[in-house]
Amino acid sequence: MTAMETTSTSRPSRESGLLRTLKLLARNKIGLLGLIIIILMTLMSFVGPLVIPPETQAHTEQIYKPPSAAHPLGTDFQGREMWKMAIHGGRDVLIVAFLAGILTTLVAVTVGAVSAFFGGWVDSLMMGITDIWLTIPRFLLLVVVATLVRLENIWMLALFLAFFGWPGLARQIRSQVLSLKKREYVEAAQLLDLGAPHIIFREMLPNMMSYIVIAMINAMTSAIYSQTGLVFLGVVPFGNNWGVMFSLAYAKNAIYNPNAAASLLVPMGAIILFQISLVMLSRSLEEIFNPRLRTGV
Amino acid sequence: MSSVATAGPPKKTALDYLEKIWTNFWLRTLVKKVFIVWIVVTLTFFIIRALPGNPVEIMVMSLMDSGLSSEEAYARAASLLRIDLDAPLSAQYLDYMRNLLHGDLGDSYVLALNKPVATLIAQRLPWTLFSVGTSLLISFVIGMFLGTLAAYRRNSFLDHFLTNFSAAIESIPNTLTAIILVLLLGVTWKLVPLNFMRGSLSPGIKPGFTATFLVDLFRHYAVPGTVYVFSTLGGWMLAMRSSTISTLGDDYVTVARARGLPDMRIITAYVGRNASLPLITSLAISLGFVVGGSILIEYIFVYQGIGLLLSQAIGKRDYPVMQGILLVTTITVILSTALADLLYGWLDPRIRISGGGGE
Repeated sequence: MTAMETTSTSRPSRESGLLRTLKLLARNKIGLLGLIIIILMTLMSFVGPLVIPPETQAHTEQIYKPPSAAHPLGTDFQGREMWKMAIHGGRDVLIVAFLAGILTTLVAVTVGAVSAFFGGWVDSLMMGITDIWLTIPRFLLLVVVATLVRLENIWMLALFLAFFGWPGLARQIRSQVLSLKKREYVEAAQLLDLGAPHIIFREMLPNMMSYIVIAMINAMTSAIYSQTGLVFLGVVPFGNNWGVMFSLAYAKNAIYNPNAAASLLVPMGAIILFQISLVMLSRSLEEIFNPRLRTGV
Repeated sequence: MSSVATAGPPKKTALDYLEKIWTNFWLRTLVKKVFIVWIVVTLTFFIIRALPGNPVEIMVMSLMDSGLSSEEAYARAASLLRIDLDAPLSAQYLDYMRNLLHGDLGDSYVLALNKPVATLIAQRLPWTLFSVGTSLLISFVIGMFLGTLAAYRRNSFLDHFLTNFSAAIESIPNTLTAIILVLLLGVTWKLVPLNFMRGSLSPGIKPGFTATFLVDLFRHYAVPGTVYVFSTLGGWMLAMRSSTISTLGDDYVTVARARGLPDMRIITAYVGRNASLPLITSLAISLGFVVGGSILIEYIFVYQGIGLLLSQAIGKRDYPVMQGILLVTTITVILSTALADLLYGWLDPRIRISGGGGE
């Protein structure tokens, strides 16, 4: 029952794989642009706060100034410089997105791989749970739970987002593993009786790495999506971040004040720019790793 | 992967009947749906009661703030939540389930004192179903059309533009889309009067089949509806595109072409119908997501739907209302997935016949 796919299954070492990906990415303009913006925004959010002092004081004499030479991105309802606020507001959003992305992927890969690998009742049970979890209006549940559990720190928020975000991805991973299960090298490993953990983690997952990385980027995108909504509803109160910035500006009716537009648009623009960069990167990676998309059927 | 029963004397046991029920497509679907509703009810019940920061205690505290003594507050909380607070959790749960079977969701205690939650929800639900349902259908149709277009013009400029655009708008949080639309249409360009972006009807207009009502309904629906369409369109387009592309590679399409059938007939009857099959199930599931997302949109546009009710309930920590909305939304989603299953079975006879067949 072996599929005639005797292509070279030689697995390149991890370094050369990464290098090759970067080389391919360098030729893909959209993906490269996305990656550069992501790196720049990450640097800005993590290194920026070390260099630029935070805006802790209100400046009542310069409330809602539109962008000008003196105030490059305008000021907010307390007269704080928007560009400084934006630099300090990125860290939490990015940490939550990154953590939630990793955790979601971890849960989804574990569920999907175990479910597909063992099959039988394990598969039925786990996919049954996944299906139920997929049907429940999770965002509403997330909102309700977030009001009950005080999500005070970003770790908890990331954990919650992952807990509510895994099922769709788990189904995708499952179908990937199901197709890999038919490959010769996996059948060989099974004949050698290498054990499930070895086969899943040493044989299958490295061959799905590109898929998993893309899935993780997508999970980050949806984590930012849900996070924005939760912050806007005011159920996750913490610190200064892009979400809090635009929600506060909205709550202060900045939307009806032409001079205040900057205080609304700067944080929103930051979120949108980051989201679109993530999408650009993930789509380009998909193009690189899935040649069928590139060359056509 | 269906396991074949071991050969033996045919004796009808309870297990056989169970198996018979299980292999019946409709019965199995029904059992699954009821099971999911039960899971959600149970989950929310225990989440609300077992988590730290016990909401029942908070409720009692807030009642005591309004001048009631401790005992009175407890009694009031118990009667509002329809549970006996002194009873063990399991008895409370049974009580709650019994009330639920009678359609009693408890009373609101902050938003509208002593008003049954069921009544509150019944007033608001039609608005959400109308706005979300209409928008979903619009975006589904547009998405299917654009997706088919992109699939046929594969690798053209149009295709690249459409796919990248879809992927981008799909990632922009709908809150931001809504704010941007209000800013552009209402404030900067002044295309839409701001009072059409607040509320679901102008004051003084009574629902009914009159021209004024319908016009006003549409005016208030236009902008929030656009947000719903905009934030779901990309997903449909991408899904339809990849589904159409994989269908285009199927043998029967090649055969249809070889038979010299007109292109339009191949696009609609052969490719379109088969390619849209997988999307119909996701249409139902996405109803849940959009109703979930409606909490943000209705909050921004003060649209009098169930999402606004939920955000108000959250603001006031009105637990019976929160619990009720979660339940009703779940039931809505489950009903719509059931509808999708029915539709799917009707459109694609294969899944009906092969009862317990594997994937």
